[in-house]
Amino acid sequence: MRRILRYVAGRLLLTIPMIFVLVSLIFVILRIMPGDPVSVMLGEHALPEYLAQKKHELGLDKPIAAQYLDYLGQLAKGDLGKSMNTEERVGPVILEKLPATLELTFFGLAVCLAIGIPLGVRAARRRRSGQDFGIRLYANVVYCIPVFWMGLMLQLIFSLWFGVFPIAGRTGSRVIVSDFDVTGLYVIDTLMHGDLEALGDVLWHLALPAITLGVTLSGIFVRLTRANMLDALKADYVLASRARGIAEGKVVYGHALKNALIPIVTMLGLQFSALLAGAILTETTFSWPGMGRLLLERIYNRDYPVIQGVIIIYALIVSVVSLIVDLLYAIIDPRVKL
Amino acid sequence: MNGNKDAAGGTRAKYSPASGIARLIGAFSAGARRYRIEWWILVAGIAIVLFIAIMTAFPGFFTHYDPNDQNAGPQLTAPTLAHPFGTDNLQRDVAARVVYGAQTILGVAFAAALLSAIVGIPLGLISGFAGNWLDKLLSLVMDSVYSFPGLILAISFAAMLGPGVVNITLAVSVVYIPTYFRLVRGQTLQIKQELYVEAAGAIGARRSTILAKYVFPNVIATVVVVFSLNIADAIMTEAALSYIGLGLPAGVPDWGMDLSMGKKFLPSGVWWMITYPGLMIMILALGFTMLGEGLSEILNPRLQEY
Repeated sequence: MRRILRYVAGRLLLTIPMIFVLVSLIFVILRIMPGDPVSVMLGEHALPEYLAQKKHELGLDKPIAAQYLDYLGQLAKGDLGKSMNTEERVGPVILEKLPATLELTFFGLAVCLAIGIPLGVRAARRRRSGQDFGIRLYANVVYCIPVFWMGLMLQLIFSLWFGVFPIAGRTGSRVIVSDFDVTGLYVIDTLMHGDLEALGDVLWHLALPAITLGVTLSGIFVRLTRANMLDALKADYVLASRARGIAEGKVVYGHALKNALIPIVTMLGLQFSALLAGAILTETTFSWPGMGRLLLERIYNRDYPVIQGVIIIYALIVSVVSLIVDLLYAIIDPRVKL
Repeated sequence: MNGNKDAAGGTRAKYSPASGIARLIGAFSAGARRYRIEWWILVAGIAIVLFIAIMTAFPGFFTHYDPNDQNAGPQLTAPTLAHPFGTDNLQRDVAARVVYGAQTILGVAFAAALLSAIVGIPLGLISGFAGNWLDKLLSLVMDSVYSFPGLILAISFAAMLGPGVVNITLAVSVVYIPTYFRLVRGQTLQIKQELYVEAAGAIGARRSTILAKYVFPNVIATVVVVFSLNIADAIMTEAALSYIGLGLPAGVPDWGMDLSMGKKFLPSGVWWMITYPGLMIMILALGFTMLGEGLSEILNPRLQEY
């Protein structure tokens, strides 16, 4: 146990250089961007003295290098700073939006794996058949659908034409969020509160965005599962288990898939950033109040601290997921020692 | 130096770009018999890309409306014979915007992929070949960027640069530099170990010669496949940026921008403004994906067994 903890701590330390690179990159990009938070806030025609005073208050009149060092010093203390638009602390602003993004991403991933893995296994078992061809065609087509267009089309078909799902938002107007809002993850909150009606409403709103995100990403997992299953099904142990008369389902799912899962899990770690990017676009399409919309809104306002904070949180999510993936190896593959 | 040429002649004849093309043509003619599905995937990919390329070259052949003509027909009409894809809120012909929009997206995606390759390939070659502190530094930066959601970086760059066709190209290309860097660096590390590279070095070939004549030609075959898949990806990133509203000035017809416009009229049941531009993005991306997939299965013999 201690070894695992040491490994986790070591891995988390390794994310610091990555975050440093990204923060530096974004810091520089933001400062050379035309426009600044003060001019956006006060408008083009504000008095120059007033602009200068405001800039001085926010520390924007210092040289960029000094601003950068100040910011890094602040970060080292775990402080993300204050919004330049609203003067709120950045941490809570992001924390308020984070659960919505996490919920969407998690369910999107669930849909993606629930479609991708069984279809990939199916295609590998029926190699070079009509089914195989059909599934591969599905994987390629779905991969090429822009996630925001998928969202728009699903809205058109299921919300407008059939009226089955709501067109946007996280909850309906009859559900009072403050009744159950504890963690911000509405699915968990409503469950903890025992409010099944609200849970139904939350899931009903979550369905289209999660399907949008999941289906568009499922193509990669179909291809990956298929390729790895083809390798696994050719292995000697599969032949041996079949020769012993073990049920085909158990051979395929119990033995072959378990071995094919290792590269799939690796890919899961790498594809997670694609999932986050897809989530930003899905949030825009479905008016989902997550970090992606926060980022876009604040980019227009040039709210430097919030933009930098959101980017740090995204980078942290990516790092934590890649850590979880590495820990998963140890569970799936007994040969791997941390 | 004569000896150098002879010593490496064998390997070079095997891998030179010219013989690569010859192999490709040979594979193409034998393709129908040997590869079945893969061959059809390649052919379909080429057909789609060619069709849209012709559309960008001769838009007048496909529509007689101007994409910015705000008097093309009545406002927001569903598809009719006169306007096969309908008209938008500004009375423009959607079909004309779809035809002319191909120029923007294809140009941006192609230029962005090319730019990423031009920056990423040399960096990867140098980094993999040098293998010193420079390699460590470049790898750290590239890996950080690679593991991060590329769209967020593109969004930041697009916001920084402001609207413009060149600017959006730059923003998209930033995302894909690490893709080429990592691919080329990995390959270079492998090829560096090969006997013919060692032999060239032993004979006294300069490092730049070794890189250009021995390492680079071996790397380029995989780059071709990745380039095609990369264009497909760049198409979707470009569309995403202009859908968000970053990147393109008004007046440039663009599928992503038309989608975000159509989104506003979706609640009132206007389906044609979102259907056609989105469908085109998908078809174009699909064309390049199929092209890349087909190429990779034919160029990479290991995959044939599947």
